[in-house]
Amino acid sequence: MDAHAPHIEALDDDAAWRVAQRRLAWQRRLLPLVGAGSLLFVWWALIEFLHVKPFIAPSPVVVLTTLIAKFPMLMDNLRPTAIEALCGFVLGNVAAIATATVFVHRKIVEQAFFPVAVLINSIPIVAKAPILVLLLGNGLSPKIAIAGIICFFPTLVNMVRGLESVSPQAMELMHVLSASKSEVFFKLRLQTSLPFLFSSLKIAASTATVGAIVGEWIGSQEGIGALIIQATYNFDAALLYATVLCGSFFSVSFFLVIRLIERAVVRWDAAAA
Amino acid sequence: MLAVECSNVTVRFLSERQAVTALSDVSIGVEEGSFLTLLGPSGCGKSTLLRVIADIVQPSGGSVRVLGGTADAARRERQIGFVFQDAALLPWRSVRDNVRLPLEVGGKRTLKPGSRTAEELLALVGLAGWEKALPHELSGGMRQRVSIARALLGGPRILLMDEPFGALDEITRDRLNEELLRIWRETGTTILFVTHSIHEAAFLGQNVLMLAARPGRVREIVPIDLPEPRSLAQRETPGFTRQAAHLRAVLETC
Ligand SMILES: Nc1ncnc2c1ncn2[C@@H]1O[C@H](COP(=O)(O)OP(=O)(O)O)[C@@H](O)[C@H]1O
Ligand SMILES: [Mg+2]
Repeated sequence: MDAHAPHIEALDDDAAWRVAQRRLAWQRRLLPLVGAGSLLFVWWALIEFLHVKPFIAPSPVVVLTTLIAKFPMLMDNLRPTAIEALCGFVLGNVAAIATATVFVHRKIVEQAFFPVAVLINSIPIVAKAPILVLLLGNGLSPKIAIAGIICFFPTLVNMVRGLESVSPQAMELMHVLSASKSEVFFKLRLQTSLPFLFSSLKIAASTATVGAIVGEWIGSQEGIGALIIQATYNFDAALLYATVLCGSFFSVSFFLVIRLIERAVVRWDAAAA
Repeated sequence: MLAVECSNVTVRFLSERQAVTALSDVSIGVEEGSFLTLLGPSGCGKSTLLRVIADIVQPSGGSVRVLGGTADAARRERQIGFVFQDAALLPWRSVRDNVRLPLEVGGKRTLKPGSRTAEELLALVGLAGWEKALPHELSGGMRQRVSIARALLGGPRILLMDEPFGALDEITRDRLNEELLRIWRETGTTILFVTHSIHEAAFLGQNVLMLAARPGRVREIVPIDLPEPRSLAQRETPGFTRQAAHLRAVLETC
């Protein structure tokens, strides 16, 4: 036996361990695809063998052909919905951040209105949206307003919590350094609140889309929401599914973009990285 | 001149249910350039005393003079550096930017000529080469070194340290104790250092201020007589053991 043998063995173990790790990583990536694929197959098989009528539930093959055949029309309808969701997202969140900033600096305003905001925030979106539709009427801007108002409350609540989650020691440090209120805000509070802000922005990405779609349900001629209503009334299940897919695709991409920005910005937070 | 002079300082906190007297009639004088450790049971007002000197807490009675002026003036002039127990680094800032924070707030954008730069201070605390690291990449001991460097930026004449090594393991704590003495000798800063370790109090301090609890008041000021410069090996000597035993005996009556 040579004295180096255990060392070489350890290296071999190392290599084997790395191979095993790589296999696990691939497994993690591939298994969800396998799961989705098999569910699609079960869906297709059920429809095919139980002879489900196409207007009740279409087979995935029909949904795919509809998606391809009507792609330009679907995109024409996704565009207004996307614009409403994006504009609502920006306006609602900017307003929420500004309001949170006022709350943190004017305690009296916060004490008066923050509980109301928390209360409104706890009403489900599906219940809030029809009220707003009735209140705001038709056209593009009401839908932006709906999407914006729906984003506003969760971000306001999270942003206030984030701005106030500064540690007491960090505040004392700023005091010892004779920092002004605005320095405390820009050097300390804002960064502390970013993980809180992003967790509500990620939610807002999908709620803004939901807001825009729900806004289109009443008296609208175009948009994903209008298309969903038309397809449902015409018993066009394939078109309905294809439309829902387009809407989901948009909202998932929107979420992923926010997630990417979060990763680039909040590099210090172990939970977010 | 006295670096810090407290006369009959009393601090009362009014919480919703009761009033707590954190400090009662505390009078002390701290010589400029000296090293004072504060020792006492928890809740006896050690942190409160440092906060009064740093102008974070206003005394309800008595007066505080810092470097011959008010505590407020000393704070505005950046004569006071404060080191917190949990380092209080800003996690999004690199090590260098954390140390340079004092130059970005409070209207003090430039260093006095001749005072140490952030890089020099990081070298002084043994962190040369770590300037670009983020706090979460450092160990607890290294984070505390960064916070000491930050407190020293601008050359404050008084350094207030509130249990800075309380959360560290013993080996790291010993090493930092020795290095703190070296930094104290090199910078000539007056240091007030809170601890609840008898050994730390005796090893670091020229004098140990012992506080008694409920209400917080001065129990005794114990001078520590050890040959300078001190080294960790001295903690094994009979002289050190005897003085630590005395501190322990007094502490039991606090
Ligand atoms: N901001 C505060 N509000 C109310 N009570 C306080 C506050 N800070 C300290 N105290 C009380 O004052 C006493 C002394 O506290 P402290 O100075 O932190 O003691 P130590 O640092 O010696 O453990 C304790 O009883 C504590 O509960
Ligand atoms: Mg304390």
